[in-house]
Amino acid sequence: MSLKTKGWRELPIGGLILEGGTSEMYKTGGWRSLKPIWSEEKCTHCLTCWIYCPDSAILLSDEKVQGINYDYCKGCGICAKECPTKVKAIEMVEER
Amino acid sequence: MGKISAKTGNEAMAEAMRQINPDVVAAYPITPATEIVQIFAGFKSDGLVDTEFIATESEHSALSACIGSAASGARTMTATASQGLVLMQEMLYIASGLRLPIVIAEVNRALSSPINIHCDHSDTMGARDSGWIQIYSENAQEAYDNLIQAVRIAESALLPVMVTIDGFIISHGMERIEIIPDEEVKGFIGEYRPRYTLLDEERSITMGAIDFTDYFFEHKRQQIEAMKEAKEKIIEVSKEFNSRFKRDYGLFECYRLEDARYALVVLGSTGGTVKVVVDELREDGVKAGLLKVRVFRPFPWQEIKDTLAYIPFIAVMDRSDGLSSLGGPVFQEIRSALYDIDSRPKVINYIYGLGGRDTKLHHIKQVFQDLQGIDRTGRIDGLINYLGVRE
Ligand code: SF4
Ligand code: SF4
Repeated sequence: MSLKTKGWRELPIGGLILEGGTSEMYKTGGWRSLKPIWSEEKCTHCLTCWIYCPDSAILLSDEKVQGINYDYCKGCGICAKECPTKVKAIEMVEER
Repeated sequence: MGKISAKTGNEAMAEAMRQINPDVVAAYPITPATEIVQIFAGFKSDGLVDTEFIATESEHSALSACIGSAASGARTMTATASQGLVLMQEMLYIASGLRLPIVIAEVNRALSSPINIHCDHSDTMGARDSGWIQIYSENAQEAYDNLIQAVRIAESALLPVMVTIDGFIISHGMERIEIIPDEEVKGFIGEYRPRYTLLDEERSITMGAIDFTDYFFEHKRQQIEAMKEAKEKIIEVSKEFNSRFKRDYGLFECYRLEDARYALVVLGSTGGTVKVVVDELREDGVKAGLLKVRVFRPFPWQEIKDTLAYIPFIAVMDRSDGLSSLGGPVFQEIRSALYDIDSRPKVINYIYGLGGRDTKLHHIKQVFQDLQGIDRTGRIDGLINYLGVRE
């Protein structure tokens, strides 16, 4: 869910947040400058990237990589760095 | 009719606090405001208030504790002066930004350096942009009445309020004041029902979340609006106070101003001195008058503009200098308020009473004479003047 940016008349006063558990709605991927591009053809599903990713942004299903969750991926490039040299299934590209 | 009693300004403020009976008072002592908290602590140990009293290790901690307390939904007060208010400065902005209705009893005292314990307005003027409502009092009665009203004002505007008195001149000067019966004060301030509280288990909320480029400006815009709207709320509370207790307060007081040709604008205790001089000058046929600012934040500039529009010669008295090279803060704001008037009045500034320097009748007379001189010659020799300083 993306948050609609409200005008000052609509917002609760004092910067208050009037409900609990709202951090789930906060997408932290917005400040990424480099974006990991995962290649399904090259990937051997060794899961090294999944172990290393500090934001749990590597999507898995049945122990197979499905892609990258860009809502939370911060673009640190650790996955691309750790992906085995012979495979190199993740490439970092400029975010635009 | 309440009980007539002899009280110093500090005693009057402490008495108001006893009657308000706040849920929490967190404070640290500082001259000349120490007595307020000291007397209040006495009330606490004598079982006369139900307040949770927290003696903190600094003013920064005192206001921090007040913020925590107010965030939990408790009616919260403190008292301070001078360096104490400066040490609170960081937390002042947090209290107002979080829209917490904390009330400070503030005793005006000069700021170091050089170190000094006597009155001027540098401390609260330094906090004029911190988002706190500021109410200045001329004497002990006004301090008492203003502090009681401040609780209502803060809770309806959802903004913190500081009520000030002049250090020593009023804080330690004994006066005859009328104390409202306890039950009537209680009835006037009513029970506090916080709109938001961190302790409400049914409605969990977050206070003090980070606010980046996407929302910060909107929250500040709200705060600006709240300060503008506070003006009407102050007027409402003052009207109700008057209807119950027969003492009339507005945003400012006009004294013999209707047909005045020469007016002084002043805050605090010097208002009393100016009234005496105005009366004397009126007897000599000089059309002198006074505008005494009670509410400096929000700054009631439209009302002041409408009131001063027909007065051709005005001197604004500042008990602090902004050290900006353009005089004191009251001068700058009053002059700015008058800029759009076609018959633009002549407005000059007097810095006076710094560090508690006595301001006597002859000083005030001198200011009126200077205004008369400008009237005669059409020439302003000194835009910013220093009253009572040795050359
Ligand atoms: S770039 Fe960093 S955050 Fe994004 S998927 Fe790779 S390791 Fe995770
Ligand atoms: S590290 Fe490389 S090869 Fe291993 S699962 Fe991740 S993308 Fe696939």
